[in-house]
Amino acid sequence: MAWHSGILSAALLAAALGGAPAWADDTIKIGEINSYSALPSFTAPYRKGWELALDQINAAGGVDGKKLEVISKDDGGKPANAVTEANELVESDHVAMLAGTFFSNIGLAVSDFAKQKKVLFLAAEPLTDAITLTKGNRYTFRLRPSNYEQAAMLAEEAAKLPAKKWATIAPNYEYGQSAVAVFKALLSKARPDIQWVGAQWPPQGKIDAGAVVEAIAKTQPDAILNVCFGPDLVKLVREGETRGLFKGRTVVSFLTGEPEYLDPLKDETPTGWIVTGYPWNNVSIPDHAAFLKAYQDKYHDYPRLGSVVGYSTIKAAAAIIAKAKSTDTDKMIAAAEDVKFATPFGEVTFRKIDHQSTLGAFVGKTALKDGKGIMTDVVFHDGAGYLPPEAMVKAERPKD
Amino acid sequence: MSFYVVQFITGLASACSLFLVASGLSIIFGVTRIVNFAHGAFYMLGAYVAYTAIERLGPALGFWPAALLACVAVAAIGALVEMTLLRRIYDAPELFQLLATFGVTLAVEDLVLLIWGPNELLGPRAPGFKGAVPILGQLFPTYDLLLIGLAPVVLIALWLLFRRTHWGVLVRAATQDREMAAALGVNQKWLFTSVFALGVFLAALGGALALPREAASHDMDMSVILESLVVVVIGGLGSLPGAFLAAVLVAELNAFGILVLPGVSMALSFVVMALVLVVRPWGLLGKPEALSRPPTGAGATRWRPLDTRGRLAVVLALALVAALPLVGGPYALNVASELAIFALFAASLHFLVGGAGLVSFGHAAYFGLGAYGAALAVKTLGLGMAPAIGCGVLLALAGGIVFGWFCVRLTGVHSAMLTLAFSQVVWSVAFQWTDVTGGDNGIIGVWPAAWAASPQRFFWLCLAVCALAAGLLRVILFSPFGYALRALRDSEPRAATIGIARQPMQWAGFALAAAFAGLAGALYAFLKGSVFPDTLGIPLSIDGLVMVLVGGVDTISGGIVGAVLFRGLSIWTISHTDYSRLVDGALIVALVLMFPRGLIGTISARFKR
Repeated sequence: MAWHSGILSAALLAAALGGAPAWADDTIKIGEINSYSALPSFTAPYRKGWELALDQINAAGGVDGKKLEVISKDDGGKPANAVTEANELVESDHVAMLAGTFFSNIGLAVSDFAKQKKVLFLAAEPLTDAITLTKGNRYTFRLRPSNYEQAAMLAEEAAKLPAKKWATIAPNYEYGQSAVAVFKALLSKARPDIQWVGAQWPPQGKIDAGAVVEAIAKTQPDAILNVCFGPDLVKLVREGETRGLFKGRTVVSFLTGEPEYLDPLKDETPTGWIVTGYPWNNVSIPDHAAFLKAYQDKYHDYPRLGSVVGYSTIKAAAAIIAKAKSTDTDKMIAAAEDVKFATPFGEVTFRKIDHQSTLGAFVGKTALKDGKGIMTDVVFHDGAGYLPPEAMVKAERPKD
Repeated sequence: MSFYVVQFITGLASACSLFLVASGLSIIFGVTRIVNFAHGAFYMLGAYVAYTAIERLGPALGFWPAALLACVAVAAIGALVEMTLLRRIYDAPELFQLLATFGVTLAVEDLVLLIWGPNELLGPRAPGFKGAVPILGQLFPTYDLLLIGLAPVVLIALWLLFRRTHWGVLVRAATQDREMAAALGVNQKWLFTSVFALGVFLAALGGALALPREAASHDMDMSVILESLVVVVIGGLGSLPGAFLAAVLVAELNAFGILVLPGVSMALSFVVMALVLVVRPWGLLGKPEALSRPPTGAGATRWRPLDTRGRLAVVLALALVAALPLVGGPYALNVASELAIFALFAASLHFLVGGAGLVSFGHAAYFGLGAYGAALAVKTLGLGMAPAIGCGVLLALAGGIVFGWFCVRLTGVHSAMLTLAFSQVVWSVAFQWTDVTGGDNGIIGVWPAAWAASPQRFFWLCLAVCALAAGLLRVILFSPFGYALRALRDSEPRAATIGIARQPMQWAGFALAAAFAGLAGALYAFLKGSVFPDTLGIPLSIDGLVMVLVGGVDTISGGIVGAVLFRGLSIWTISHTDYSRLVDGALIVALVLMFPRGLIGTISARFKR
């Protein structure tokens, strides 16, 4: 019985591995990987964003006279899948560079793969500071304002509050931990009089909201920092509102103003929270108006923050290749280190010392309007003003 | 003092929603002996269908009738699944039903995405239960009070149903002895269908009742199925009061645990389950399992060593595969290396499940320990690739020795649940011990040594190591030790009569299987260049079982073929389709229906005819 199973294995193997890569000289290929099936609420608008950018670029004659093509892969939320697909993109599809990823650990895995294979990797969304600092490498560039930058923007607002006693609620994984750590360090530095009275670390996606709310209320904080998002945020808001946790307390909250997380709250959006986010219908940046119109014309839907990230990622990739006039990795890295590219939030560049983009973010307050959550008192912060200090980069980032 | 009272009632509310889901799982297991993995999927469907029903029909019918209608609709879907899928495979090896329901779960996840779109849906609050009432000076949600009242009502209603109705008597008879009930003329088909539908109804009810507290989202199924499985096992399989007690225990430990250790929630329920199983092997209120059927794979086929022709064919097949670098590029070699690694992983799990008859729901723990052992040896000890792989194997072996000692003291599903608990504990250590393991950011930069770095050489290394190791496992199965393991699997009392003690033998078998899984994991770390907690996770353990079962659990080579097929398939689908889970899930269901003894099992049975 085993002999035919052996042959079956060999046949399956051969069948699985056939196929030679198609290769055309008049196109430039970009390999894109993201968590399409694991995180559709972010990645669906993200895909629309980069498809729009791709259309615009090719309609304007492509890059360097060549058509730009994006080969997109789903990693299913697992780093190991992302590495296999990065391998396929590089070895079989011969892409000029890799781009994308959402989760920090997937970003790090692909970043390390890029270093090993000496391929440029444009990390779109991962927020972890490690990707540009402690685990940074010369092949990796990151587009989105990092965890540090968002914490710095929020800590600046938080320092203006009278609140002295703070409690924190954050998902129990690297993102939540480092968001709290940076926020605490920066706020305590600005306001040495602040006390940290409580902390809750619910597991991501499994918050026992009632118990967490009571545990936080028991510490009687003046203000609360929240890092939970997605389904956890909904549960936290409902329990917190019903149990009166937020009454008379200021809440500072990461990411809550992003349409991906704000919109599901509908008429139960808590008001007066200080948040980072993307008030798509309340942006005064000139470049944004054109983006908004093009996006709405194409999709008859409003953009989410994911759309902006996807759009800007492909714009950045095109700008890098156009400036390098080549798809040679070293030339593209040299070009990327002071490339300027247009995003819906204005012109952006990558900082040479840590390869972090200067893309900015919005800080504002949540409010309710016509049964929907919106952001008011919106201020746009240019990313360049909130990057980690150069001394910090020098101390933490490995030398190339 | 008032705080502790309120925290206690808060815990009670969580316990009640947990119990509603767990009760359905417990009922289904009690009667059909199916670990219904799709229970979480039905819970999720309950939430989504209730959302739509309340949106569309709510204005006309009112909130509660619309929600109940949704639960009935989901129960009908459940009955359909039972009639078209499970009914055909009750005679297959026990784990096959788990496999089938796993396939359903995967497919439902993508179907929900297709039907309801990617965004979370905030459910409406229940009319009349929107606010809060003060309890001892603290505000407490009225809806939570409703849940606290509802769970005991459901418990009593179920108790009456099983104790006071004719149907309940039949169900209890079938629970105790299915063959006898059938012999007395009870129509089992409809009994099972109705029980399954009732269980699914309770899952859907749990989902619908969750809506006023949370949003319907795509990942609500996985956490629920694990939590409720844990609750059912802690309480004692098939015992409803046990499930209720366990739900209260877990929820209260969590509510008060987070006051002392705010990060405790992650592994708490699994730690409790491990402790309960070690002290009371059948759960708090459970009874020792009555063996109504022989265990997995027993006596289905008699294994024989390969004849000369078979050996030649294996050598030929290996030579063919080894020639792959002549035709395949670096990506093909990379995928082939991964398939070889998973073939070894599946072979080691097959050794445990098929050979020793020990079901493991947590075999990935040893794969992951191997990967972490190797990665840590490279990163912190600065060792080269070969000694690092050795370290990985040793770490996995150590894990197998420690956890195996506990697991082989139990039998059947309880032993399997203990492996699950241990793997979840190991996972949360890797996840939370950031200083050493890097937490969920993992360990990166674990690339092969220069001599094995090229894709060809790494492929040959993987192929050689995995073929030798899988061959060695086969040799062990045909050694006196292997015969002893199989004797214990087929009949413990008879084996005991001829002087084979169960626990030491199975302990050794467990540790061996762990070491071989660790070898696969160590190679995997170098293949990927990085290690993350998901190499220890439950999804990978399930994948391993799928590989073994798809190939055929009562054939020796089944695991290897299943691994090549299933892993190859998942690599292909995720790279080429947008709905890989739907495709994978549908294929698993199709395979289960077409090959109820696994691919190789069914094919070789046909050859023999």
